Formats: sequence, C-alpha cells, structure tokens
Amino acid sequence: MSTVSLAQFHQVFFEESLEGLDAMEAALLALDQGDGDAELIHRIFRAAHSIKGGAATFGFPEMAAFTHEAESLLDELRDGRRAIDGPIIELLLRTVDCLRGMFDRAQAGQPLADSESENLRQQLAAAVGRTIVATAGQTITGPLATNGWIIQFRPHLGMLAGGNDPLRLLRELAELGTLSVEAQLDRVPTLAVLDPAECHLGWRIELAGTVTRDAITSVFEWVEGECDLSIEPVSVVASPIEQGSAVGTLDKGIDAAPAPIMQNIAPKNAAAGSNDAGSVRVGIDKIDSLIDLVGELVITQAMLDQFREDFDPTRLALLQQGLAQLARHTRTLQESVMGIRMLPIGSVFNRFPRLVRDLSQKLGKQVKLEMVGENTELDKTVLEKIGDPLVHLVRNAIDHGLETPEKRRAAGKQESGTLRLEAFHRGGSIVVEIVDDGAGLNREAIVAKAVQKGLIPTGENLSNDAVNELIFQPGFSTAATTTDLSGRGVGMDVVRRNVVDLGGNVAITSHPGRGTTFTITLPLTLAIIDGLSAAVGNECYIVPLVSIVESVQLRADAVRSVIGGGELFRFRDAYLPIVRLHEQFGCVGARQHIEDGLVIVVEADTGRVGLFIDELIGQQQAVVKSLEANYRRVEGISGATVLADGSVALIIDVAGLVRMQSRRRAA
Amino acid sequence: MSQSFSDVNATTQYLTVNLAQEEYGIDILAVREIRGWTPVTRIPQAPHYVLGVLNLRGAIVPVLDLRLRFGLSREDYNATTVTVVVTVAGRLFGIVVDAVSDVLDVENSHLRPVPDMGTAVDTEYLKGLTSIGERMVLLLDADKLLQPQDAQILDTALNAVGDVKAVA
Repeated sequence: MSTVSLAQFHQVFFEESLEGLDAMEAALLALDQGDGDAELIHRIFRAAHSIKGGAATFGFPEMAAFTHEAESLLDELRDGRRAIDGPIIELLLRTVDCLRGMFDRAQAGQPLADSESENLRQQLAAAVGRTIVATAGQTITGPLATNGWIIQFRPHLGMLAGGNDPLRLLRELAELGTLSVEAQLDRVPTLAVLDPAECHLGWRIELAGTVTRDAITSVFEWVEGECDLSIEPVSVVASPIEQGSAVGTLDKGIDAAPAPIMQNIAPKNAAAGSNDAGSVRVGIDKIDSLIDLVGELVITQAMLDQFREDFDPTRLALLQQGLAQLARHTRTLQESVMGIRMLPIGSVFNRFPRLVRDLSQKLGKQVKLEMVGENTELDKTVLEKIGDPLVHLVRNAIDHGLETPEKRRAAGKQESGTLRLEAFHRGGSIVVEIVDDGAGLNREAIVAKAVQKGLIPTGENLSNDAVNELIFQPGFSTAATTTDLSGRGVGMDVVRRNVVDLGGNVAITSHPGRGTTFTITLPLTLAIIDGLSAAVGNECYIVPLVSIVESVQLRADAVRSVIGGGELFRFRDAYLPIVRLHEQFGCVGARQHIEDGLVIVVEADTGRVGLFIDELIGQQQAVVKSLEANYRRVEGISGATVLADGSVALIIDVAGLVRMQSRRRAA
Repeated sequence: MSQSFSDVNATTQYLTVNLAQEEYGIDILAVREIRGWTPVTRIPQAPHYVLGVLNLRGAIVPVLDLRLRFGLSREDYNATTVTVVVTVAGRLFGIVVDAVSDVLDVENSHLRPVPDMGTAVDTEYLKGLTSIGERMVLLLDADKLLQPQDAQILDTALNAVGDVKAVA
C-alpha cells in the first residue's frame, strides 16, 4: 500500500526538513542583523517551499497548510511587496520553532497541529491580509464559499502503473479548501478477478472554498489522459463538512481512505524514529579520498601477492618496500576512516545566534556574539554530547556574566557585551572556550552562599581556584531569584559531569570586572590514542602521550618523604607527588627503589603528578577498547588495548590517577 | 495449555564441566566458545576471582575462575585448564574450570530444585540439579556469576559463604 512505501522516506524527509529549518533560521538571523541580501530571502523561501511540498507528499496535511501560509508571506517579501522588519522576522522565527515542534510531534506519532500552530497560522494569514476560520478537529474550513467545485475523478485502470497516486492528488486538493470525498465503488470487480495493480475506484469530490479552476487543473496536471475528469462549479452554499464523514464513506469501501492517512502513518513513523541508529553526512571529498586509498591498497596487495608465487631472496628489498607501502596506506586509511566520524563544531555553534538573540532580548541586555573556529572538527559522539553543556554555559554567561547596558556604562565599558565562542586544537585535544567580558564571578557571593550551604566553614581563606571550584558543586546557585533561565542550581555540576564523561574537563578563569572564561578541553577522538607503553613489574600499561610532560630519572636523595607516607620531588619550580604505579595497581615484581626506575611527569587539568614505573618500552598507537562493555569501570584505567602480540594492555586514566592521589592525600 | 505442555517436555542442552570432583552444567546456548588456558592481563581493584581480561578477537573479555568464585583454591593453570566463554545479557566473560566433559540433554521436567546443602557453592548461583544415572549435575545460573555492578555485594555474599563454611 502506498502509505507503507511512503513511511520509509519519512526519516529522510524529517532530516532534510530540519536542515532546511536550520538554514531558514540562520538566514532570518542574518536578516535580523541587517544583512539585506536578496539571496537570503530566496533561501528561506526555498526551504519553506520544500517543506511544504514534502509535507503534502508524505501525508502531513496540517504541516503543509501551515507552511503554505508562511510561504505566502515569504512570497510577498521575495517580490518586494512588503518590507522586512523586526515583527515579521520575529513571526517567521516563531514559525520555524513551531515547525520544529510539528516535526517532533510527527516523529512521536502525535497530532501535528496544536493551539499554538493554529494561532500562528492565523497570524501568518493575517499578515498577508487573509483570515482563516479554524474549527476543532483540524478540518481546514474555508469561509462559506459561494463557488465551490464538484470534481468527478475516475482514474483509468492503468493510472497507478504510471506512478500516480490518487491519494496524493486528494491531499493536494485538500490544501486548496475543504474537501468532501465520496468513493465510487460501482466498478470494483469481485475479489476473485480483482487485480490489485489496477485502479477501479472513482471519486466524487466536493471542494469548498474560493479556488480557481486553474488551481484544480494544475493538481491533475500529471494524470491528464489517464483519467476521466470533470470539474464543475457548485452554486449552492457549501457548508463546512467534517472530514470525518468522508472517512466514514470511504471506510465502507476500502481501507485506503485518504483522510485517516495521518493517523495511519504516524505510529509507523514513531516506530521508525525509535530505532534510529543515527547517521552522518560525509563530504564527497572524504569519500573520494577513501576510494583512492583503497585503490592504492589493492595495488600494494597485488604487488605483495607476486611474492606468494615465487619468492626469490634477491627481491627482498622489493618486499620490504611493499610492506612499508602497506604500512603507510593502512595508517592513512585508518586516519581517513576516523575522519568520517569527525564533524565541524559549527553544527553545534549554529544554534547559538538564535539562543543569544532570544535571551538578550528577554533580559534586556545587548550581546554581540563572536564565533571563531567553527570548522574545527570533533568526533561525532563528542559533538552530540557537547551541545547541552555549551548551551548551559552560554546561558549562564548571558544571564549571570554579562551586565545590563546601564551597569556596563557605569563601569565604563561598551554598552553591548561580547560573548565569544572559540574552538581550536591544542595538542591532542580540542579546546572550546566561552569567553564573556562581563562582571566576572562574584567571589563574595559565592563564598557567602557556600558558607550558608555548609560547604565551607566561615572565615576560611580560599584561593581563587578553590572559589571557582565551588560553583561546580551540585545544587549551587548564587542567583537571588530563580528565573526560567538559570538559578535553579542544576547545571554546572551536570556540565562538568557531561564533559568528564567524554574524557574532557572544564576550567574557569575569572577576573572581577573583566569577565569569565570557561575552557572545555575535549579529546580529539575517542577511538585511537598515541601512547607510551610502560613496564611495571611484569605488566604493561599505556600512558596517553598527550598527558606526558617529561620523564625523569631521580636520585634517591631527590625524593622528600612527607608525614603520612607521601613522597614529593622537585620538578622545575614545583614539588610534585609521586604515584608509585605498582602500589596503586597492586603489581608484583616491580622495582622498589626510585633510582632504579623512571618517573613520568603527567599532567591532568587538576594537577601534575610523577608516575613511578620500571621503564618505558616504546611508543605506539593504541586502539581504545572499552573495559565497561563486558566488565565495569576501573578507577585509574580509561580502557584497554590489544598489543601486537595479541595480549591486552590497560590504558592509564591520568586524570583519574591524579584524583585518586589527591584523595589519598586528603584522607 | 499447549504452552505448558511443550514446556514440560522441552529439553535443554547443558555443557558439563568438572570442578573439584563435582560436575556443573552451563546452558549451552550461553556458551560462545571453549578455549585452552592463555595468560590474562590482571585488572587492578578487581575481586579476587576475576583473574583479568583477555583479548577475544578484539573484544576485551574478563575471565573469572570458578574455583576462586566458589571459595576453593587453584593450584596452577596449565595446558589442560579450560576457559569457557559465555555471553550473558550481552556481556561476554570467560569461566575457568578444571575440564570440560560432556553435553547433556536435560528434560526440563527432570530439573530438581537445589536443596540447601553443605556444598562449597552458594545455592544462589545454581538454578537446579539433575541426575544422569549415578551422576549428579549442578546447573549453573550463568547470569549470577559475574555482575560487575554488584561485584561488591557479591564479595560480601561470598565472604558470608566462607563464614558459613567455617562454621560448618
């Protein structure tokens, strides 16, 4: 049945439409910034038009009707019949939001229209100088038409073979006005001789509304010559007819009734949405380079294959050359395949212009948003999970960080605050910074609140870092009143947890009166790391290269023992604690004397420690495998990898070790 | 009606393994493969019966020793020591046993509840027993053997088992 074949395209339709909505939103915001480019309006119009067409084809009549109104308004803007001003942009932005809501509901299999969309549709129509009378039950009812049409539509037997679906035609007609459809079953043969590929049905259609004959004939344009069609005006006053009655008539005949399509499709689609495995859009250049590489690999393989037939020791050099080539290609191939998972962070940043605009209007603040490094690529998994923490930080920055124009003027700053989002590479990590030039963290308020909550004792003198750390405590908020934006105290702890779950971390620097910077450091990819393999006893651990600062061999007298069993050594200008890996992990047979082994200085955002190991074996790439898949999380271990000999080595979680160390010191 | 009828007559196949002169059965549908002993990589902070992890074609699979799990001791791991890899609730893990012996067809109606007995095994990890002629086979509930989230609870439970044994 046609509904089945259509439902499989829904996911694609949703994805494309949501992309279209994003493009619409971006273009609207650009217009709002005063960019008068005519191409922007065309872009918005095209997006709306595709959504309308798709919605009508895929059985979402409410969405089509809704978008139709927006399209009419856009048409006027495009033709220059109407100037683009703030209220219109606001209206269209709300339209975009409303359509997003409709797509959400469509994916969940719920009715598409709600009071908000109905209300908005009225406003859109009013904007182009029309009014629509709406009734409950989502029946599209026109004003009482004096000139409706009666359409006799009887497809020829072979019309379906031409790919024309009568249901689609009926749906298109429904867009024009109120439809009352009666199926004519008189030519349907008995079941024994019925060929399901032939169309035996006919329809008598009453179309109420001010519709031109041209509009109707254009609907039937594609089936011309494949059906008997008569279109006659009615002179009687057509009263709005509930679509439900038409359903009843049709249900008697055959279950392919046009009206219940939206009810039919929605649940199927909900099922499709729930097992959505996610998809990645990959640039064609990335695919091309992959194909090239595979080609190279095949050539190398063919070359090596010759040696299987006859191996002559004189050709050893050739074999070595071939193997070197193979190694090179494998490595490049690996990098390219990983690259497929990498997407630009811009796709996350894109939501911020709108967010910032809405928030700043609501709060009466002036905010200039700068985004830098949108093309920085991140692993798709990381990208999906970083969105919410970023939204939270941006909200916080606007709500708490940036001041009102009056306060800024009083402080001698520009009235409009600047919020900068910047993404860049640093070492093996991606760094995302959220920088505002607002008031900075209010140290006194934070300390007072922490004392009030019993987190710290009264009168304790805290370092700036310790104060900053307080805002990551669960339930911590200094906001005097809870707004719908922030101040409920859920947030910063969740932000940190989300980022830490991704293997990253959050840091704050704040200067009173000059602003606050949140720095999120994220791993480039979760799948492959460069590491040094370290021997401890008869075991081997992988230390991620990015966290290694230096490795040193210490003399026994360079180590100071402190009370409580800790050991410190001097590294550059600081004393660092020594973590004896064999003690931490309970390895047997490891070297005990500090001068026999090596100390690797490793760095996590929470601090540096010296890891005491027996010796370094070498550098290697490690494909990170999860321990949790079959086992569970182990503190101080971030995963496992398979060594060249097939045995397993564990990968050290440096941040975890530093945490364990500081906890031990505290205990 | 027909459902319960077929249940009564259905048979389940069990792989039987030897452990300290006793015979245990593991539901054969849970068994992925049987492999000889290979050294494993020790994991820090693991319960004592978890020997470590091994590489099973790229998957990192924890291995537990059934003897240690049941509070017995193991002398050595040699060429005849066998690891049975099972999958339970989507998780893979290896069970080290003394030897693998047989495949048994057990009619579900022949499954007997486990009496509270003075065996080394806490009956919680058994889903029943059956007898084949003179042989008694204890059927293991593989789901309960390795529950990483509850490892600590199990540890306490095992200690309790040890205490009971000491008293007996």
